[in-house]
Amino acid sequence: MKKLICSISLFLGMLLLSACGNSVTDQSALKNVRSSNTITWAVEGDKKLFSLIDIRDDKEKGFDIDMAKAITREILGPKGQARFTLATSQSRIPLLKNGNVDAVIATLTITPERAQVISFSKPYFQAGKSFLVPKGSKIKKPSDLNGKTVIGIVGDNSVEAVKKVAPRAKVVAMQDYGQAVSALKSHQGDALTSDNGILYGLAAQSPGSLEVTGGTYTKEPYGIAVNKNQEPFHRAINRAIDKIQKSGEYNRLIKKWFGQVPGFNYKEMYIK
Amino acid sequence: MIRIFNNFSSQLVSGFGWTILSSLLTLIFSLIFGVLIALLEVIPNKAANKIGRIYVEIFRNIPLLIIVMFFYLIVPKYFVKIDGFTAGTIGLFLYTSAFIAEIIRSGIQSVSQGQMEGARSTGMTYKQAMRYVVLPQAFKIVIPPLGNQFVNLIKDSSILAFVAGFDLMYQANAIASVTFDTINSYFVIGVLYIIITMPLSYYMQYLEKKMA
Repeated sequence: MKKLICSISLFLGMLLLSACGNSVTDQSALKNVRSSNTITWAVEGDKKLFSLIDIRDDKEKGFDIDMAKAITREILGPKGQARFTLATSQSRIPLLKNGNVDAVIATLTITPERAQVISFSKPYFQAGKSFLVPKGSKIKKPSDLNGKTVIGIVGDNSVEAVKKVAPRAKVVAMQDYGQAVSALKSHQGDALTSDNGILYGLAAQSPGSLEVTGGTYTKEPYGIAVNKNQEPFHRAINRAIDKIQKSGEYNRLIKKWFGQVPGFNYKEMYIK
Repeated sequence: MIRIFNNFSSQLVSGFGWTILSSLLTLIFSLIFGVLIALLEVIPNKAANKIGRIYVEIFRNIPLLIIVMFFYLIVPKYFVKIDGFTAGTIGLFLYTSAFIAEIIRSGIQSVSQGQMEGARSTGMTYKQAMRYVVLPQAFKIVIPPLGNQFVNLIKDSSILAFVAGFDLMYQANAIASVTFDTINSYFVIGVLYIIITMPLSYYMQYLEKKMA
């Protein structure tokens, strides 16, 4: 018995220690990406329009991906490599903090809570929370959701946001967007809430059965996340975003990805 | 870690409760159902043997996640509306029953044939011989693997997190998503899982000694 307790506490102690190291994130990210000529980005694989894995060629495609490639080119020159690591809403910030990736570009909303643990670039996309419902649903505005079940995503800030506009809604959080849409279609919830850009993508994947409703009820500026104390890398990313927006490439990317989405006024997104 | 425990104690307590409830329901019902399936497999009736066999092979060979997802997504769509907790617990119950059935069957079959023959020759019916002679001996044999399976089912109940069943795992994911501290959140629930499973495994060890 005594031996057992000893070995268990030893194991737990080791776990505790492993949580303390932070060597990779202390090094200069800008130096690292320059020397390897590669920026490793955390992206998501299940968001049509922003970042979706095309199962035909196994490549990530979407607005976030094109932005990441453009920023990589700005920082490292035309030969710079952008490498993509798949993350979920839940794992994107831990991946960055543990040093697995250099930066996160994954429809990540800039929030004060997140800004305490990571650094955000300037916003590169202005989204807002909205609702996805089955076609013909009676839910037209956020307050209609009181007493209803709302599906959210683990790690997405919509879970907290929806409680502010519909305090009596029951929120259940699913692991990813694929599961969340399946749950909505199986009537496990009355609405799915997330950022409008993502929801339009999901609606486009299920034409005729799902629609986006209720306008936007929050403002969600997306930012690129880097680790704290990485000022040079942070500034380089901000400069790259500025350049991409000034050169007109940004507007081209907006049109490329959002120009065909029904109900989405992509021209509002243009940088003049 | 202590900070997580203090700040999120209400979520952790509710997760602890749902995990225990799901595990307890699964433990009781899958033990009863598992014994029934095991009996189907050993009674001298070809059709019953087949049914028991098919049940075990289906539920033992499909990943738990798929069984649970079936109850979470397919059943509400076409049959009856059930929530994540119910779907998860039903899935866990059917899955665990298959394993318990196999354990009990192996126990019954390891009781020597002579026991059954001896009991029958004293005039007992097959039912009586099974009930009073074979099963009690079989239970004694299967206590260690059964304890193993009970501990497994408690850990398997973390599957509820995937269907929004509000168990410990679900709460840990939710806590990690607001604190961005996945390691410590998982660490806390790891300790809570040990608190549930340890007494059970000690009880099974005690039972083993007492029955021996």
